[in-house]
Amino acid sequence: MDTRSAGPAARRALHAAAVLAAAAIAAFVLVSVVHDRAEPRIEASRRAQQLAQLTAVLGDLAYDNDPLADTLLLRDPELLGTDQPLVAHRVRRAGTTVAVLLNAVAPDGYAGPIRLLVAVDGAGRVLGVRVLEHRETPGLGDVIEERRSDWIHGFDGRSLGDPPPDRWAVRRDGGDFDQFTGATVTPRAVVGAVRKALVYVERHRDELFEAAMPPAP
Amino acid sequence: MDARALLRNGLIDRNPGFVQLLGLCPLLAMSNSVANALGLGLATLAVLVASNAVASLAGPHLPREVRLAVFVLVIAAAVTAVELSMAAWWPGLHASLGIFLPLIVTNCLVLARAESFAAREPLPRALLDGLAMGLGFLLALLALGASRELLGRGSLGADLHLLLGAQFDGRGWQAFPESRGLLIALLPPGAFVLLGLMLALGNAWAAARRRAPAAPEAERAAVPGSPT
Repeated sequence: MDTRSAGPAARRALHAAAVLAAAAIAAFVLVSVVHDRAEPRIEASRRAQQLAQLTAVLGDLAYDNDPLADTLLLRDPELLGTDQPLVAHRVRRAGTTVAVLLNAVAPDGYAGPIRLLVAVDGAGRVLGVRVLEHRETPGLGDVIEERRSDWIHGFDGRSLGDPPPDRWAVRRDGGDFDQFTGATVTPRAVVGAVRKALVYVERHRDELFEAAMPPAP
Repeated sequence: MDARALLRNGLIDRNPGFVQLLGLCPLLAMSNSVANALGLGLATLAVLVASNAVASLAGPHLPREVRLAVFVLVIAAAVTAVELSMAAWWPGLHASLGIFLPLIVTNCLVLARAESFAAREPLPRALLDGLAMGLGFLLALLALGASRELLGRGSLGADLHLLLGAQFDGRGWQAFPESRGLLIALLPPGAFVLLGLMLALGNAWAAARRRAPAAPEAERAAVPGSPT
């Protein structure tokens, strides 16, 4: 459009549009620059955090691979608690899988799904469980967090036979696991999710533990 | 209005949280601990100063029709920059603040200061106003955050290591065991109740000052250039 022949109103509008476009470009450039600077650090800290979580949940188990890179995708709405495929990690020593780390979801938390990380060894024993994400009531349901109490360590060393299947529940339901004062729904959801994760491992033991060696470096 | 008046305005007389009641959503949601309050307050402060600066420099040159749109863009860019930086350098705090960090963009306080004050003021005064209003909001967050954390968890400054680095042990000062805390103080209703109590106290104080003959009315003079 030839702006010289346009009326003052049109020129005004074009000027305003040009200013807005310039502002948009300036904002875009600023955000891009900051993003470029921040992205590597964000990635590094995310990785460090994941690794810290994995290490914490594995306890003192010795391994020599990079579990973060040794992943497989699992999907089982019934046993893992979500329709979405979940990442699992293999933990190996000298090429042999010594444990798997499952991401699992307790869909029936008091305030929405609770995301868990469950480490299980080759004998089907729990090495450790951590809550990755939850929206349970602060002060009541958040006792499942490791930094709030050691309740979550009650799963360490347990397996499907210990306690026996009918006692894999909170005490109020006749099981072996403590609930908290004022909060039964939350621990019930977590106990159920851990039990189901163990069932999943038992059913898929061969593919989880006897899988092919990692690709040669 | 001199610098002292600007500061006093933002911190006390027209405190964004306690007097103007702007940005109530983040104020109530993120004041459950000193660490969260400090993190969100500092982030908001940074955005306010940046957007006030740009509004003061660019405001007079912007066509009226797109001025607001440009300010929204500026604020959105500033918030995104702050959020990315926080994710990179304070990941723990970033995770703890969650959605309320990007939501600074919708805090009407930021747009109100840019549009109704900074755009028609010279740069130094716009900067000072951003600083004063940001500090006022931070103060409101900290007052609520400290009282809620103390009542609800019996602690002060727990999780501050997320903000200040690992030399803090992340427990802060513990007045009494967490299990004896008043849970409701941590929940949303507690935020409303405590804010209401603080507002009532503030009003009572202001009323007492008005009645007292010793306090000349001029000290609380109406402030020009303030919104609402």
